[in-house]
Amino acid sequence: MANYKTSDFRKGLKVQIDGEPYLMIEMNFVKPGKGNAMYKCKLRNLIRGTVLDRTYKGGDSLEAADVEEVAVQFLYRQVDMFMFMNSSTYDQYELTADQVDDAWKYLKEGMECSMVLFNDVPITLTPPNHVELKVEYCEPGAKGDTATNVTKPAKVETGAEFICPSFINIGDVIKIDTRTGDYVERVRQ
Amino acid sequence: MSDADDRRAVAERTFPPTASRRALELRANLLRSLREFFHERGFLEVETPLLSAESVVDRYLDPLPVALDAGTRGDDLPDLMWLQTSPEAAMKRLLASGMEAIYQVTRSFRGGERGRLHNPEFTIVEWYRAGDDMRAGMRLLSDLCEALLGRGAARPVAYREAFRQHLGLDPFQSELVDLRLRVEELGGTSPTPGGADERDELLNTLLALGVEPHLGTPSPTLLIDYPASQAALAKVRGDTPPVAERFELYVDGVELANGYHELLDAEVLARRQTLANQQRAADGKPVLPACGRLLAAIRHGLPACTGVALGFDRVVMLAAGAAHISEVLAFPIDRA
Repeated sequence: MANYKTSDFRKGLKVQIDGEPYLMIEMNFVKPGKGNAMYKCKLRNLIRGTVLDRTYKGGDSLEAADVEEVAVQFLYRQVDMFMFMNSSTYDQYELTADQVDDAWKYLKEGMECSMVLFNDVPITLTPPNHVELKVEYCEPGAKGDTATNVTKPAKVETGAEFICPSFINIGDVIKIDTRTGDYVERVRQ
Repeated sequence: MSDADDRRAVAERTFPPTASRRALELRANLLRSLREFFHERGFLEVETPLLSAESVVDRYLDPLPVALDAGTRGDDLPDLMWLQTSPEAAMKRLLASGMEAIYQVTRSFRGGERGRLHNPEFTIVEWYRAGDDMRAGMRLLSDLCEALLGRGAARPVAYREAFRQHLGLDPFQSELVDLRLRVEELGGTSPTPGGADERDELLNTLLALGVEPHLGTPSPTLLIDYPASQAALAKVRGDTPPVAERFELYVDGVELANGYHELLDAEVLARRQTLANQQRAADGKPVLPACGRLLAAIRHGLPACTGVALGFDRVVMLAAGAAHISEVLAFPIDRA
């Protein structure tokens, strides 16, 4: 990949440091006295989400990172392996449970997700902001109880459990916000 | 939307100034106080060209080139002239021709410098007074700072002392490995080991990351006695180790002014300029024409003097409590 010189540095640049991809989220130009220029950067690690503070001096350079966001479809899960397919190229990607992290709770076969590739290798997976999941098991709700402040756990088709209002029954479909893991509403069938 | 509509929308969004009316009034008031300050002390206001065939050569200052059209160029001008990074060369030519106390408020240009404290085109105030040594130059700068910002007298701190106090390092004697370690702790990058300017590069980074943020609070600081290798156009005093008779004014961590007890030796200056051009070539930057007229003026006889350059926009920033230079400029470069 190309190199970025300090004069190319700006917010939004994707670069490689010690073999890992980073997004430049802040860049400030400083210049002491009569010396060389300096570029104070905040860089977010695109794999771990951590933020790095680094200051580069005029003449330094950073390698560009080949980072791309693609739409993928979840195909199936095989024990600890999750298979995805690139929706436009049909390339397949295999992710471990570690890489999928909490997203496994939302993955239904055929679901469209967004995946970030670094050198064509998946580094992060993001499910849609809202998903609809069928409840497979929960304690029966009290009749006529429509209050949302009484809650209980419910196990859904992916095997994950979510906290939902007590009026939810087995067979109901519930909408979950994947960014927080919170129950949003019961979906009318 | 068509391109024409796009351009029109951008123009509608960016035609107003980025500075508030209050900031522009403050700017005008400070400018008036500054002129009064120099007038009261017998300084003559001068004007010198922004566009010049030569420029003082500095490794880290990039004058902007202007290509001349044939009609302007005639037979006696080069194809390229340079927007000045400061009026220094021209003002020294005036001093060598017999003027004694001069000041100038003008625009200067420095390529590649854009940021919170930098706009490539900025307002510089520069002055020289024959007969002033470094102490007299520091006093005058401290008085001006007091007149404009009212933050009290500036306290001098030696470069070496500032490094000891804020970093626990000796800029002249600490091992390079210790300087490098500290640079890395502060999140900076070290130069390739073994380079001729390794120590200066490391010191420069340490100054920016570990020293400057502490200077000028609560009262202004004058950082003095720089390493001789960072003398630029200042005299070197034969202390042990030798130091440059150079001073910089800081207020609230912001560098406001740079002063020199001026170098009077044309041959030393010529050597420093050649070296700066060699370093520029090694850095992949354009080599600049030698400042022959300045050298001729110094050979003719520059009176012993101290000169200071002040970043006026930053003075306005401090007075206005602005976080970004665009808050005190009517039109920064992206709206110019």
